[in-house]
Amino acid sequence: MQKMVIIGAGMASGRMLEHIHESDPDAFDVTIFNAEPRGNYNRIMLSPVLAGDRSFEEIVTHDDNWYADNNITTRFGERVTGVDRERKVVIGEKGEVPYDKLILATGSSPFIIPIPGHDLPGVVGYRDLEDTDAMIDASAIRGSSAVVIGGGLLGLEAAAGLRMRGMEVTVLHIAGHLMDRQLDETAGYLLKLDLEKRGIKVITEANTKEIIGNGKVEKVLLDDGTELAADIVVMAAGIRPAVQVGRDAGLDVGRAIKVNAQMCTSDPDIFAVGECVEFNENIFGLVAPLYDQAKVLANTLLGKEDVFTVRELSTKLKVTGCDLFSAGDFAEGEGREDIVFRDPKRRVYKRLIIENDRLIGAVMYGDTADSNWFFGLIKDGTDIEEMRETLIFGPSFQGGGAAASDPLAAVAALPLEAEICGCNGVCKGDIIKAIEGGVTTLDDVRTKTKASASCGTCTGLVEQVLAVSLGDDFEIKAEKPVCKCTDLTHEDVRRLIKAQELKTQPAVWQELAWKTPNGCHVCRPAINFYLLSDWPLDYQDDLQSRFVNERNHANIQKDGTYSVMPRMWGGMTTPDELIAVANAAKKFDAAVKVTGGQRIDLLGIKKEDLPEIWSDLNNAGMVSGHGYTKGLRTVKTCVGTDWCRFGTQDSTGLGIKLEKKLWGSWTPHKVKLGVSGCPRNCAEATCKDVGIICVDSGYQISVAGAAGMDVKMTESLVDVATEAEVEEWVTAFVQLYRENAKYLDRAYKWVAKVGLDWVKEELSDPDTRKALVERFDISQSVYQKDPWADHVSNRAEQYKHLADLTLEAVT
Amino acid sequence: MSWIDIGTLNDIPLRGSRIVKTEAGCIALFRTAETEVFATSNTCAHKKGPLSEGIVHDRKVTCPLHNWVFSLETGEAQGADKGRIATYPVKVQDGRLLLDLDAVLAKVA
Ligand code: SRM
Ligand SMILES: Cc1cc2nc3c(=O)[nH]c(=O)nc-3n(C[C@H](O)[C@H](O)[C@H](O)COP(=O)(O)OP(=O)(O)OC[C@H]3O[C@@H](n4cnc5c(N)ncnc54)[C@H](O)[C@@H]3O)c2cc1C
Ligand code: SF4
Ligand code: FES
Repeated sequence: MQKMVIIGAGMASGRMLEHIHESDPDAFDVTIFNAEPRGNYNRIMLSPVLAGDRSFEEIVTHDDNWYADNNITTRFGERVTGVDRERKVVIGEKGEVPYDKLILATGSSPFIIPIPGHDLPGVVGYRDLEDTDAMIDASAIRGSSAVVIGGGLLGLEAAAGLRMRGMEVTVLHIAGHLMDRQLDETAGYLLKLDLEKRGIKVITEANTKEIIGNGKVEKVLLDDGTELAADIVVMAAGIRPAVQVGRDAGLDVGRAIKVNAQMCTSDPDIFAVGECVEFNENIFGLVAPLYDQAKVLANTLLGKEDVFTVRELSTKLKVTGCDLFSAGDFAEGEGREDIVFRDPKRRVYKRLIIENDRLIGAVMYGDTADSNWFFGLIKDGTDIEEMRETLIFGPSFQGGGAAASDPLAAVAALPLEAEICGCNGVCKGDIIKAIEGGVTTLDDVRTKTKASASCGTCTGLVEQVLAVSLGDDFEIKAEKPVCKCTDLTHEDVRRLIKAQELKTQPAVWQELAWKTPNGCHVCRPAINFYLLSDWPLDYQDDLQSRFVNERNHANIQKDGTYSVMPRMWGGMTTPDELIAVANAAKKFDAAVKVTGGQRIDLLGIKKEDLPEIWSDLNNAGMVSGHGYTKGLRTVKTCVGTDWCRFGTQDSTGLGIKLEKKLWGSWTPHKVKLGVSGCPRNCAEATCKDVGIICVDSGYQISVAGAAGMDVKMTESLVDVATEAEVEEWVTAFVQLYRENAKYLDRAYKWVAKVGLDWVKEELSDPDTRKALVERFDISQSVYQKDPWADHVSNRAEQYKHLADLTLEAVT
Repeated sequence: MSWIDIGTLNDIPLRGSRIVKTEAGCIALFRTAETEVFATSNTCAHKKGPLSEGIVHDRKVTCPLHNWVFSLETGEAQGADKGRIATYPVKVQDGRLLLDLDAVLAKVA
């Protein structure tokens, strides 16, 4: 009988032994080593063991009797330290065993990130029963906490299990969303919500700096200074194939032990199977392909022909309540199309990826009932041309019954307590109550509830609540949606972001039933603005959702160069500033233009030179003039009482004060101010977004002027006596505009929609004014910083090209 | 094929872009998803706008100058606009970006 030695009693070798013993139990005299002090068990099911749903005994695949019945010699708890291929012997810790055929089935080991403290007691991987028991022991201490590093499959199963056992659990994940290898952002967002609902804290974009402890782990420190208490740290940051024995034996090893399609290594008498294997540049981390390998290897060893091929894989997460599915390919390849379905109410998200009329990938969250059907289509490469329109609705829809996405889905999904009308504090429930009381028209709703009766921006939503409740009996006036990605208008989206406290872009896409995976160039800048203006402290501004000028903090020109325009506060400058501007113009060969906004523009600067010219101007004390933003542009002033014989107040000084207060803030469209020292109005204040005319008795504040594509005089807002009052009213007006206007509406367009009376009513209440200024100040605490200095120190790399291949020759 | 290492995946922001200079002009690399990268010519088929400065959405980019939209997979202009930009093979391996330079240079020849 041939002597077979197996190193590793895991899931792959276990399955192979089953195949051999079914076909020809007497073919080999088998000896099996295992470093773990036990035989084969269903490693996948460690997660239910951790969660307390199963006992270890229940997940054992092969017990002592099984090995005895099959005449297998077991050397459990004994690590193999080497293989002598000359003498054909395997060297175990307790002695040698000769072989005719040798099988390497050593699996993988958890990757332990080599940060300081990684070797402290209490830091564990998640691979075997010992790790699982260590976690269970840690959870036995009342009020103990765990930090899981890695938000992939293993990390999340560990986190869920530990949470089930009552621990405080935090998951740290380095990418922007959980399970980033398997899920897109929306699915990652929904998964995060579900985990948070079970009390698990999730921190994305987390960089772990150090694990700290005296003799055992005590806390985890992040790059940004956050400290997390930890009684146990689970490292689930990936696995590495266990190749040591193979490499030491001199076999061909790449990322793992290389095998051919018969699972044979570079030595004809040595085979490998499982996660320790590399085949055609692929390595493996899920059991489905390992089972295929086990079958191929069994056949090869029994002299039957068989070939291993790589199949499509699918992923599920074994955490109850987190229903997700992901399969197939999201990367590479040409000519793809996405089909997206979202049901905010049921928290369902489905995305299919189609190429050449074949389904090649799928991500689903919340409803995975049809996942096997979709997976079948992917594996079989079925032609889906015929059912393309209804494909996303699953098998039950095929062969009849079309379905369309529901344009009212977002509003239907709103909870009753969601606020629809911000002015009057009216909730969805109040409107429904009115409708149940017999109201059927918008006007009636206005009278009964006051919703939509003030600034009117929530009208679209009120109509949708009517439509959802009354069905076909109510017809909505069709307003233009933001873009093709949604049926909602800007006003609807703004209100819903507030009502539902949506604080990330994926949250908006999912909860408001976006029809595309991640928006388009029309909606993304708008949503980015709404989120940063509503949640300055929570939302992370997204440069990739900004138009080029705002991303690069300079105006792009028709030839791809940029213009650079520093601030000149209130139009004042100094000889030193002018020298710095002149030097920069010379150094970078810029054209120099005095603008219509009382400052100097340097044109024709190359992108890669931007950080340097900014840094030169910064060194002279100058900051970005934001000549490119939907934000505060210029505050034009005249010379005022300082010099002019007619000047009544310090118009220059007031202009500078206002510019210093408002600069850096983002607004729906650009904002320009003018301050003139007397009614002769040399600063052209009465055609600006906000204009101030100084008079003997104080200041006349007027708003909503225009002098671009439309020309319109400002309308009087209020007359006040002091500079401090001017500052308060103007700031409050700008904040009201920021909080309510549609993206890309200049102030005059927005005021025309909501009515100047409404604006006056809001602003004339001192408490409202104060609250608006407070919210503006909070936002400025984040956004009033010079973007040039910021980009010079943090983003200079992005202005350079990634590589220069001009010197590379053709091969 | 000649795969040339041009940098790491994380050098490109998600839904952002970086350029690589070659004999064939600037090539734009777009990162459309965590691990998905496309390479195309950086020059818009309309009036030569720098596509790497456009907004990236789905597997498309919108030109910053006049809003033409191109598929990053096929290079075709979308919607009513007619035109095409060159696309090039690029792959991500262990976090590194590999560009097929032969394909890039073949298109100039
Ligand atoms: C540089 C400057 C012209 C100049 O040489 O003086 C200028 C240049 C541009 N203006 Fe202007 N505007 C300039 C003062 C004005 C003024 C006059 C003023 O501010 O007193 C107006 C009329 C007032 C107003 O804002 O309405 C003005 C009304 C516009 C408009 C029309 C806005 C409207 O709502 O109707 C646009 C288009 C837009 O913003 O959508 C525009 C857009 C532009 C853009 C940004 C076009 C673009 O998107 O590329 C130009 C950038 C040129 C470049 O490549 O750098 N520019 N632009 C002025 C810069 C002022 C500054 O110091 O910041
Ligand atoms: C908690 C958890 C949950 C999982 N969930 C899923 C899931 O839901 N779906 C899925 O498809 N996959 C899942 N997996 C992955 C799956 O378990 C692995 O793909 C599979 O176990 C790998 O099988 P293997 O035989 O290659 O290695 P293993 O099962 O790891 O077996 C290798 C054995 O070799 C031993 N060994 C290593 N070196 C030596 C040596 N020098 N001498 C002696 N013995 C040695 C090891 O001790 C180990 O017992 C999960 C894994 C874990 C840890
Ligand atoms: S007027 Fe027209 S051409 Fe002149 S700077 Fe303004 S936008 Fe450009
Ligand atoms: S140059 Fe690209 S759209 Fe005009």
